[in-house]
Amino acid sequence: MNLTLKVWRQSGPTDSGRMVTYRVEDVSPDMSFLEMLDVLNERLTIEGDDPIAFDHDCREGICGMCGMVINGVAHGEQRATTTCQLHMRHFEDGAVITIEPWRAAPFPVVKDLVVDRSAFDRIIQAGGFVSVPAGSAPDAHSMPVRKEDADAAFDAATCIGCGACVAACPNGSASLFTAAKITHLSLLPQGQPERLSRAKAMVDQMDAEGFGGCTNTGECTAVCPKGIPLDTIAQMNSDYLKANAK
Amino acid sequence: MTATIERGAATAPVRTPKSDPPAKKPGSKRTRGFLASSNGKKAVMAVTGAVMVTFLVLHMLGNLKIFLGRDSFNEYAHALRVLGAPLLPYRTVLTILEIILVVSVVLHMWAAISLARRARKARPVRYVAKKSQAGGYTTHIMRFGGVTILLYVVWHLLDLTFGVVNPKGFDSLPADRMMAGFEPSRWWVTLVYVVAVVMVGLHLRHGVWSAFQTLGWANRTRYKALKATAGLLSAALLVGFLAPPLAITFGVLK
Amino acid sequence: MKYVEGAEIRDTKAPAGPIEERWEKRKFSAKLVNPANKRKLNVIVVGTGLAGGSAAATLGELGYNVKSFCYQDSPRRAHSIAAQGGINAAKNYRGDGDSIYRLFYDTVKGGDFRARESNVYRLAQVSVNIIDQAVAQGVPFAREYGGLLDTRSFGGAQVSRTFYARGQTGQQLLLGAYQALERQVAAGTVEMFTRHEMLDLIVADGRARGIIVRDMVTGEIERHVADAVVLATGGYGNVFFLSTNAKGCNTTAIWRAHERGAYFANPCYTQIHPTCIPVSGEYQSKLTLMSESLRNDGRVWVPLRKGDDRVPGDIPEDERDYYLERIYPAFGNLVPRDIASRAAKNVCDEGRGVGPGGLGVYLDFRDAINRLGRDAVEKKYGNLFEMYERITGENPYETPMRIYPAVHYTMGGLWVDYDLQSTIPGLFVIGEANFSDHGANRLGASALMQGLADGYFVLPTTIGDYLAAGPFGEVDEEAVAEAEIKVRSKIERLLSVNGTRTPDSFHRELGRLMWDYCGMERTEESLRKALERIPELRAEFWENVKVTGTAEELNQVLEKAGRVADFFDLAELMCLDALVRTESCGGHFRAESQDADGEALRDDENFAHVSAWEHSPEGVPVLHKEPLEYEYVKMTQRSYK
Repeated sequence: MNLTLKVWRQSGPTDSGRMVTYRVEDVSPDMSFLEMLDVLNERLTIEGDDPIAFDHDCREGICGMCGMVINGVAHGEQRATTTCQLHMRHFEDGAVITIEPWRAAPFPVVKDLVVDRSAFDRIIQAGGFVSVPAGSAPDAHSMPVRKEDADAAFDAATCIGCGACVAACPNGSASLFTAAKITHLSLLPQGQPERLSRAKAMVDQMDAEGFGGCTNTGECTAVCPKGIPLDTIAQMNSDYLKANAK
Repeated sequence: MTATIERGAATAPVRTPKSDPPAKKPGSKRTRGFLASSNGKKAVMAVTGAVMVTFLVLHMLGNLKIFLGRDSFNEYAHALRVLGAPLLPYRTVLTILEIILVVSVVLHMWAAISLARRARKARPVRYVAKKSQAGGYTTHIMRFGGVTILLYVVWHLLDLTFGVVNPKGFDSLPADRMMAGFEPSRWWVTLVYVVAVVMVGLHLRHGVWSAFQTLGWANRTRYKALKATAGLLSAALLVGFLAPPLAITFGVLK
Repeated sequence: MKYVEGAEIRDTKAPAGPIEERWEKRKFSAKLVNPANKRKLNVIVVGTGLAGGSAAATLGELGYNVKSFCYQDSPRRAHSIAAQGGINAAKNYRGDGDSIYRLFYDTVKGGDFRARESNVYRLAQVSVNIIDQAVAQGVPFAREYGGLLDTRSFGGAQVSRTFYARGQTGQQLLLGAYQALERQVAAGTVEMFTRHEMLDLIVADGRARGIIVRDMVTGEIERHVADAVVLATGGYGNVFFLSTNAKGCNTTAIWRAHERGAYFANPCYTQIHPTCIPVSGEYQSKLTLMSESLRNDGRVWVPLRKGDDRVPGDIPEDERDYYLERIYPAFGNLVPRDIASRAAKNVCDEGRGVGPGGLGVYLDFRDAINRLGRDAVEKKYGNLFEMYERITGENPYETPMRIYPAVHYTMGGLWVDYDLQSTIPGLFVIGEANFSDHGANRLGASALMQGLADGYFVLPTTIGDYLAAGPFGEVDEEAVAEAEIKVRSKIERLLSVNGTRTPDSFHRELGRLMWDYCGMERTEESLRKALERIPELRAEFWENVKVTGTAEELNQVLEKAGRVADFFDLAELMCLDALVRTESCGGHFRAESQDADGEALRDDENFAHVSAWEHSPEGVPVLHKEPLEYEYVKMTQRSYK
């Protein structure tokens, strides 16, 4: 297949950035999206041009490092799929594909399609953990957990921290990311002691980073490669309100 | 594979960040008030929204009295003004309710505006291409809908509450104002009203559910029930509010 | 390639006496650091996977002053996250006869008698604490309706000792470690450096005293000094270009430490995982693993007849060869990884492979679906089936999966003693980066166990014994400057070549060469060929590589080039090690050393030792042998028939 790519190029945080058009020919439908970009980058390198910088690592949909907005959709239109797992068989021959970075003030562009997502780490630092030093844990079977709770906690815990939710949200909100961690830990007995302080600290940190507020549009969960459900946000809101009522 | 490169010009508006955002290390706790937080604002929005929805339900029930006759409607309007009488002076309760309502409207708008500003700041550079994936069109017209409804409410008060733009004027019985306001010759008033009520319906379909979500009542098991509640409530309000004016305009009520 | 044999090397830290008491003894004999002193002791931890993440968090918690480094944009991305199957622990929650001793026994045997008994026993002991720790952190392991933890049998084990979190066990355990790490970052005990790549080790006065790193965003070369350095930088499977490792995984940190004097042990031990999605074309950038748990219910087969190109559904039962069940009736589809991989290679070599290029075998769920029902299969493997369909476009509920072996894990790594300390004092190596616990073959669900054992429990104790003598004072400025200059000149050299081939094209060629000559089956001839070809390719690399851009920016081509350069040197040592070890053992199969049935044949008389290689600047590596003794598990020929 032959494709026309319109790619966001930005040499650094202070550059204004622009869309640049590339033609890519003889693309195999079995290629992954990133392999298609690899091929283009090899070409650009040989020609002495600056290859397109993009983040990626595991290329099996779990590390959360890759992510670009493809034709206006975070990670592309294939549902529940990270960019690295998106394959070219889902595109038409001759298609024009726009490729942009995650766009949000708390995710400043580092270069081209690479953005700085350290805001997510700081949200976790604010309280996304259970305080338990190594060596002091009680036996794993001392505290049974209802299977339903364990499963629901797991559903929230599958978040890979890619940031697609922020990229897709019309408000640039990080609510789904933050809520996923709050929900994961607040559904488990181990997470109870710090439940309310955790919710408060993490939501406040999310605000401090400059993310927008949630208006329950559901854009986040629609593009989430792990399908984190929207009701996690209700859980977060509930814990946050309780924390403030105290 | 051959790649030919065409260099294009900048196609997106770009604003470079003015300066580095201040250090945001967690732990450096500048205590933020509840109302300053995005979630606090959302809660304000939900609670004030709930107040207004309650008002709308009562308002709609009152409107439907017109089907029981002009007298019934006028008595209802009068009863509102003498609520709590003779213990309390004329219009006391109603005024308090009106104040609560006005405060709700103002707070609702304040929350909406500050969240919208926050959202704009969170995305200084816009996407060249952006496609919605959630499919809920009602969610994307909330801000537009809110403004439309506000404009309508102003007109509505001038028309039926203060009678400024009503053919019968202020010194008339409420039922007469209503009948005159929507008489067949003034079909355009009815049309504006219909548009506004539809807007309200759409606003509430997302808004009511959103309030449940914001207040943390939504969860996996209640999810469908809450969505259905929001849908039914907005549908009921839509029908209830449209029935009287349409009945008047089409001459069913005389 | 020439090498010389040096003096024997011994692990002097493991205590003697009954094996079950050794770790207790060592914990007691290890010197303690005065709590007030911990704050003054600086420790650098490179890598934030299960080993590095848990180590940095635990050291921070203990009060040391920790700096943690990773090349990704967040410590949560380390490739431990991709481990699917599970984590072993000798909890015996099932009462099915498991015990610490049995886990120890299975691991020593599974490693084909090339691991140290003391280390493996400690690993089995600590395994039970890991589960407790992870559960307390909120890791959502699979549970049963009674609320207790579920376990499964995995990778050929005959007891049910593998704890799991759907197909994402690695992810959940890593997030647990990551969260503990971020908690310490917030507490100020750990300083985090993301998008930083270690490019050299600073050795001063015979001690590891710091590292030189490149800030991958600005290109700045930074010096970080400390009282001890911990490398947790993972394996080197990417030397094969195509592997299940993440694209960024590399050998640079351990290789440059090796160049500074750390011995490299058993580089030739490579694990080839039997259940990966086959290569689909030239552009292939990585291979994706399908959890081994699939072999619990899937049946592996190829057509009986060579060149049978009918679609699988049209091949009748009596024309299918369920070769694992046929050759290994006792274990069937559940034979250990090395055996399953080689069997797949053999049937493909016979021309009976399926799919593009004949490099694949079927993994068929038809019978499982008939027996258990589609729903039950979907519950167990749904996410894996989805992943398979996403990549291949084929629906495994209807047509059998195609699988082929791929490089997955490297058992070799820097040599460490019982304290996990390398031959450079103050340099500790943990997780996949060291060589210690898996011998010549790692059992399924043991990598997560080892990474977390090292990071949460072993290193935090043993490093204290070293640090108790510290702080070690100012670092010799000359040593730091020398390391920095070396790094800078290597970068300049890469940028100055300005040839015509990309780093990736060299990497691809090197990988192909390694797969063909030093892959699943190695012969003297193939290895000699590789040892001839690698230096030629390396010479071409240094004359003809093209690196665009500058050193002072985010430059992914430059990063890649530096890593490929080190892979060349490592590849050479791997082939040499494989050539010298003329026996077959575990993941190292020398065609010359097999029994009548074509199974790996060990040579315990000549090779019951660890091969620890010392780097020499003159290019003649020195081989130090560490003899392996088995007091508890009797050395036997592995048989899974």
